[in-house]
Formats: sequence, structure tokens, C-alpha cells
Amino acid sequence: MIRMQPSVENTQTIADSDAVAVERTLAGDRDAFRVLVERHSHNVFRLAYRMTRNRPDAEEVVQEAFLRAYQKLGKFEARANFGTWVYRIAANYAIDRMRQRKKEEARKVEPAVHEEGTENDPVTLIHDAAPTPERLTQNIELRKRMEIALAALSHSERTAFVMRHWEGCAIEEIAQVLESSSGAAKNTVFRAVQKLRLALQPFVGRGTQARAMGTES
Amino acid sequence: MKHMTEEELIAYREGVAAAQRAVIAQHLAACEECRAELERIEAVLAALDTLPVPNPGDDYGRHVWQQIAPRLPERPARWWQEWFEPKRLGTLAAVAVLLVVAFLAGRITKRNHPGNDVATKEQIRERVLVVAVGEHLGRSEMMLVELANAEPLDPKQKRVDISAEQHRAEDLLEENRLYRQTALKEGDASLASVLDDLERVFLDVAHSPEEVTPAQLEKIRQKIEARGILFKVRVVGRELQERQKATTPAPAQKDSMKSERNKV
Repeated sequence: MIRMQPSVENTQTIADSDAVAVERTLAGDRDAFRVLVERHSHNVFRLAYRMTRNRPDAEEVVQEAFLRAYQKLGKFEARANFGTWVYRIAANYAIDRMRQRKKEEARKVEPAVHEEGTENDPVTLIHDAAPTPERLTQNIELRKRMEIALAALSHSERTAFVMRHWEGCAIEEIAQVLESSSGAAKNTVFRAVQKLRLALQPFVGRGTQARAMGTES
Repeated sequence: MKHMTEEELIAYREGVAAAQRAVIAQHLAACEECRAELERIEAVLAALDTLPVPNPGDDYGRHVWQQIAPRLPERPARWWQEWFEPKRLGTLAAVAVLLVVAFLAGRITKRNHPGNDVATKEQIRERVLVVAVGEHLGRSEMMLVELANAEPLDPKQKRVDISAEQHRAEDLLEENRLYRQTALKEGDASLASVLDDLERVFLDVAHSPEEVTPAQLEKIRQKIEARGILFKVRVVGRELQERQKATTPAPAQKDSMKSERNKV
């Protein structure tokens, strides 16, 4: 899991300081909310990017998440963790955004006449972007496959996978976002990993395996 | 030796198998085959970990603040203000109508039974719940039937638009959750169980794409069929109708006729 895990003491200090900022915001000090935005924006961006898989949408999710958090701050329980709470709001909005995006794309894309044999090849659906440093990977083909495999997951599966595998969220947090039971959230994580495995295992080379196991020198 | 399932290995790798963790670890230490299987899972996950996330920059937080600050209201809303948001007004209105109906029903019933037992608060509450859940099940049944009959508008189309059913499922979901919790609180386990099944279907539909392939639609239908939801909804709906009749006192005229007959 990639989520940065701050020390327990650090987490507690941040949470205490967040609680003070929330109280001050509720008392009418808007600048106190600025502290919260500046403190949590990076984490929320990372989650949003992993879910939406594109930067403009991720940035929109971040802004909307903080706007919604501000509007709903009266409902925030003082005992809760602001970081986790805004995370949840962002994940919910990212799901909405993904749905919306799918609809927009369906409207834009006319049913294309495919060349014979390419219709079902998902690689043809990926747009080749300019090779910015971000987009450069050692294995372009594998990267494309990974993007396709992630895009092929349902919104719930992608949310569950991103939140669990990359963000290290508790199953209960994921269940709340998916509005399901913990058991169902767990199953969604399994399903996501199974689908990703099915799609990617044939393309995962020995080099990657070695790296994954930490055996490559 | 019984090997670990893929699910167990994924649960172990993703840290969601707290209870079985020690058992799986012990098995892995002894079983080369399962270790190899876990390595294959890890290789895929490790490859996914190489997907980069762009760094939005050190001053990203400040940038976000600049973008949202002009759009923030003067003060955050208090929790009760949410109830007056436009999207909630519909629910509030429905609850208000239901209360008025229940009140009027109570008044009419009383007027028709001078001297008879007055319905207790519990009876009235049950009556309101029975009526409300009955209506909810009726709407749910309609949505399920429409979903079962959904077809592409143009037979040449390869996808079926279920967005209307999806939006209704989302609306019904919130209501359903409320009724399920109430049923549980009231100790009505069978009603709660049907509502629980229904909730899963609503969740499935709500989380599906808005346009699905016939195969995906068939899968949703099969799930609904396998759980026998439509049948259960109809049966419970009928039971509720019966309960509604039982909890609603018979009209005064009939009663007086009965007393007339008793005299003979």
C-alpha cells in the first residue's frame, strides 16, 4: 500500500489541530478552513486522481470535496477525523464524476466503424497522449493495459480498490462510501483484484515480478 | 493439503483477513504452491503500483483555496439547514402529507366509532408504517418490472439505457434504508430481510453503468431472479395489505349491521 502512514503521535496532533480549525470555521473564521484545505489537498488529490485517472477531473473533485465539506461542516462530528471525512466526501464525488464522464463520453463518441479484428481490442480505446514525463513508463504496453484494466472496473470496484490498496482505508470507510455492508465492501475489493489479475497477469513480466517481490538487485 | 483460495490470498495480501491472518501465514510457510500463487497476485499489484500519480506542486493547497474561497458561503450551514435544501424538500413534503393523511384517517375512524376503543399510538404508528412501506414496495415492484422489461429503444443498438431505473433505484435506496431500520427496530425481521434484499438490488442497479450491454442487463436480471426479490416483494406487499385491513377498524355501518344481526 502506498498511502503515507504518519506516526500515531503525528496523526493525533494533526487531528487535534484539525478539530480546532473546524471549531473556528464554525464560529465564522473562514481562514481556519484555509488551514484544512492546505493541509489535506494533496492527499485528496492523490485519491481523486487514482479514481478518475485524469488530472482535470481530479482537480475538480478536490475543489468540490472541500466546498461540500465546508457546506456540511455543521454535520461533522467533533470526535471524527476531518481528513477521513473529507476523503469520504471526495470519494463520493469522484464516483459521481466518473458516472458523469462516462455519460459525456458516450454522447461524444459516435459508434465508430472499426477495422475488422480491432473492435474488441481495448488497446484501441486508449488515446495516445503526448509523452510527458508523467506518462513515460518503462513499459508503455503494460501501462496501457493497466489503464484499461482499471477503467474496466465498475465504479464501486475501482473505488474499493483505490481506497483499500492505494490509500489503505479501513473496510468500514469503504463500506460507508459504497453504502454497503462491510462484507459487501470486502467482496468488492476481492472482485476488483480478481479482475485486475485476470486482465494483467499475462502481461506482467518476470522483471516486474522480481521487483514486486523485492528480489531484484 | 488443502490450498488457500484466491480470495483468501487476496484478503491476506490486502490486509482484510485479520481473523485468518495467522492461519494463512502458517499455511504459506509450509505450502510452496500457495506461496507461488501469492507471488503472482503480488506481481500484478506491484505492477499497478508503478502507475504514477502527478505531483500537483508544493503550493497546490494554496491554489485550491484560491479557487474555492470566492465560492464559499459566509458561514458553513448548520446541520438542520440541510433539511431545507431543495432536494430534501420532496421528502419533507411526502412525510408531511403522510402525517396529515394519518391524522385525518384517525379522525375519521374515531368519528365512525363513537364510544368504541380509540386506536393506541402504537396502532396508529403501525398503520402509518404499513401504508408507507406498502407504497414503497409498490414503487419498488414497478421499478423491478420495468428493469426486467428494459430493451434498447432501437433494436440495432448494442446497449440498453437503464438511467431512468438507476435514478429511481437511487431515490428508493434512501427510503428503503429508513424502512429497513424501522422494521428492525420494531422487531419485524421478515420485513427487514426483504428490505435488505431489495437494498442490495438497488445498490447493484445504482452502481451499474447507465448504459449496459444486454449481457450485463441479463446478469442483473438473473441476480434479481435468483434472489426471488420480485416474488418476495409481491408476497410482503400482499401481507401488508392484509395487515392494513386488520389494523383499520371496519366501517361503522357494518358494525351496526352486525349488532343488528346479533339482536335477532
